[in-house]
Amino acid sequence: MTKPDPATIEALKTNTAAATTSEFRDQVRAVVPADKIFDALRLLKENRGFDFLSDITCVDYLHYRDATDRFGLVYVLNSTVTNERLIVRTFVNEPDLVVPSVTPLWEGADWMEREVWDMFGIRFDGHPDLRRILLPEEFVAFPLRKDYPLQGRGERHNFPVLTRDSA
Amino acid sequence: MAVELPENVVVGKLDALASWCRKNSLWPMPFATACCGIELMATGASKHDIARFGAEVFRFSPRQCDLMIVAGRVVMKMLPVLQRIWQQMNEPKWCISMGACASTGGVFDTYSVVQGIDRFIPVDMYLPGCPPRPEQLIQGIIDLQDKIQREGTLGGAEFRTKARQEPKRALVELTGLPQIDSARNPVIWSSEVKSH
Repeated sequence: MTKPDPATIEALKTNTAAATTSEFRDQVRAVVPADKIFDALRLLKENRGFDFLSDITCVDYLHYRDATDRFGLVYVLNSTVTNERLIVRTFVNEPDLVVPSVTPLWEGADWMEREVWDMFGIRFDGHPDLRRILLPEEFVAFPLRKDYPLQGRGERHNFPVLTRDSA
Repeated sequence: MAVELPENVVVGKLDALASWCRKNSLWPMPFATACCGIELMATGASKHDIARFGAEVFRFSPRQCDLMIVAGRVVMKMLPVLQRIWQQMNEPKWCISMGACASTGGVFDTYSVVQGIDRFIPVDMYLPGCPPRPEQLIQGIIDLQDKIQREGTLGGAEFRTKARQEPKRALVELTGLPQIDSARNPVIWSSEVKSH
């Protein structure tokens, strides 16, 4: 995958004035404020040809040194026509962990956003069916947050016991 | 007073005869969830043939099986399914916990993996390994056959001993009838439970 065209970066910067970009080893990422993320992604899809959404994921910066925001949402965009890759990031903080859903733009965002909701608890406004995808429906916590312990809080062993005489 | 027996008469205990029949036709219910399932399939294939030991068919219906081989890690979403399958099997039934993940949780000491199915299912044989080789699974089945021959009775009285009635390592016990349908059990999903 190659770096995106510099015109793409220009278009993004003129559209959302607060977007910043950086580059590391041929990987270009743009940071967009959370209230402008949907417009920025729609611009990239419709005007700049990023027709393939590879991944939506999230990073929890709770214990990270020099962190200013808690959650960093990452959208990895590809262009199948020009073979470019661009990573778009946005930061969200508690208590309003709501971001507009990009399912109207890319259908593949459906399950990816469900996974981010399941693991981090970030709600996606306008998602057709936002519910847990990997964990059971009755699970109450968000496990991939940094304040959730690795072994869990006892949900994994909260089941009835079958002995030889009961079954 | 010795009784003269003709040559075609064998005297033995009915328990031993029933156990011999049962041990030599253990039909497995393959509950393969992960990588150990591949080794289970390899054991059923032609090189290490499990059918030599009587496990002629891997029936996927629990109603037609007597041995459940749990191969692979069991997550908490899968555990009610495992319990339901165990309950659907007819007595006499045995369970082999194959591999490290089914026996103790293996390397996955996480919020979603059950740390050993013997917390919730009565297990007869544990096989270590990640995954255990097919020869080890066969050895486990041979050892289970020895166990059945040693302890088996015609009417299943060996399953009603005190040792078999007690839960092994369960830390949480619910009062009343065991409710498999944990989704509708309000005790389970309260967030105040602290034990793990």
